Amino acid sequence: MSNVPDSLHYTTDHEWVLVEGDVATVGITQYAADALGDVVFVALPNLGDAIQKGAIVGEVESTKSVGEIFAPVAGEVVEANSAVVDTPDTVNSDPYGAGWLIKVRFAELPDLLDAAAYRALIGE
Amino acid sequence: MTRETPLHHVHERLGAAFTDFAGYQMPVRYTSDLAEHHAVRQGAGLFDLSHMAEIEIDGAQVEAFLDSALSNKISALVDGQAKYSLLLLADGGVIDDLIVYRLGAQKFLIVANASNREAAVEALQARAQGFDVVVRDTSDDWALIALQGPGAAGILEASSLEFEKPLEELRYYRIMGGTFGSATILTARTGYTGEDGMEIFIESASAEALWSELMMVGGDSLTLCGLACRDTLRLEAGMPLYGHELSRDISPVQAGLKGVVDNTKDDFVGKDAALEAKSTRVLVGLVAEGKRAPRAGYAVLDSAGQVVGEVTSGALSPTLGYPIAMAYIEAEHREPGTQLAVDVRGASLPVEVHALPFYSRKKAS
Repeated sequence: MSNVPDSLHYTTDHEWVLVEGDVATVGITQYAADALGDVVFVALPNLGDAIQKGAIVGEVESTKSVGEIFAPVAGEVVEANSAVVDTPDTVNSDPYGAGWLIKVRFAELPDLLDAAAYRALIGE
Repeated sequence: MTRETPLHHVHERLGAAFTDFAGYQMPVRYTSDLAEHHAVRQGAGLFDLSHMAEIEIDGAQVEAFLDSALSNKISALVDGQAKYSLLLLADGGVIDDLIVYRLGAQKFLIVANASNREAAVEALQARAQGFDVVVRDTSDDWALIALQGPGAAGILEASSLEFEKPLEELRYYRIMGGTFGSATILTARTGYTGEDGMEIFIESASAEALWSELMMVGGDSLTLCGLACRDTLRLEAGMPLYGHELSRDISPVQAGLKGVVDNTKDDFVGKDAALEAKSTRVLVGLVAEGKRAPRAGYAVLDSAGQVVGEVTSGALSPTLGYPIAMAYIEAEHREPGTQLAVDVRGASLPVEVHALPFYSRKKAS
């Protein structure tokens, strides 16, 4: 059973979204991190990048495979977590906390899954 | 059809994550690919390899049969000796790569890849026509448990397994008999990790008891391992994986396996063809800087940006800390030190041709 906090929103790309005002913090779920295995490389977009919803904006790579980071919302990248670039395994050890990836300032929030819907998606 | 090994419910109970591999549900990792990898390099790791295929061959003409069916001189093996060998097509393509163990004057055991079980059995049975031999697929009778790493021998010596002779006398690529309780076992000093280690064959019904015994004896100095780390371990050791570095479209000479082909034998399937390349590409190692790894299928480019090859396996090496890969490239670029590039999802990653293997363990003095 992987942890799916009730306080977050989710996408079908196995990302989580924390909405605070007009800023969305984005990371990958524990389910996604577990499926990847040990994350050894993270590539993130640059500060100020304008990103489109659904666009590939980064990569999370494990010894075994490569996962793409899809933008769950359109907007401007206002922060990128340089700590996970330096210590990528934070994505495994604390996916919903220190392992966050980017913060995006958005104008419009798309429909996202709630925790119950995401649990159903991953069969838990 | 999804197959499970005799240890499947043990892995479930122990919390393994599973992956489909050659039709089997196999542990991909227990906790961490990297921790499991490092455990095998520095301590000891325990693997369930029961998906591997066992083929037993008996009969008065077994030596002549295997010399004609396989790429090298199997008749030269003494009792208890093992040899890496190839099962070739007449055109030199590889049906499978195998380990052949001599168990007696007229008895051999072949271990084949799970993905090639049917093809290997079929080819061997077809080639057995006219020889006084019996070829049997006994894969389902056997479980195979590997204990790999510098600490492996110590754990086995402290266990209740009984061996035909002291473990320290079992040399690399040798096999011996033994018992575990009432079960008959075979213990081979072979592996696919680049470390010292043993592979233990045991009847499927006793696999769980053996796994538990090794876990108990190994305690904190033994790490349960999945197939993810087995892949990075073998890649560092420069060992080919069928389906990646070996296939029916590649001849042994291209894969750097000329030494596994004995063309002095009278005749065998694939003779001469095995030493002729099927294309102008050869297998090489590649190394890069940074953390981003070339992956299977990525194009290898020369300085002009022309495609000169394709990556077959690649990862960020857990032991070395930099990206490593194996690739088939045009032979003119094969010299170690040659500068090339890999197209990593649109970005050009500079790489250098490197001799295989990437990693060799320090041999005991």
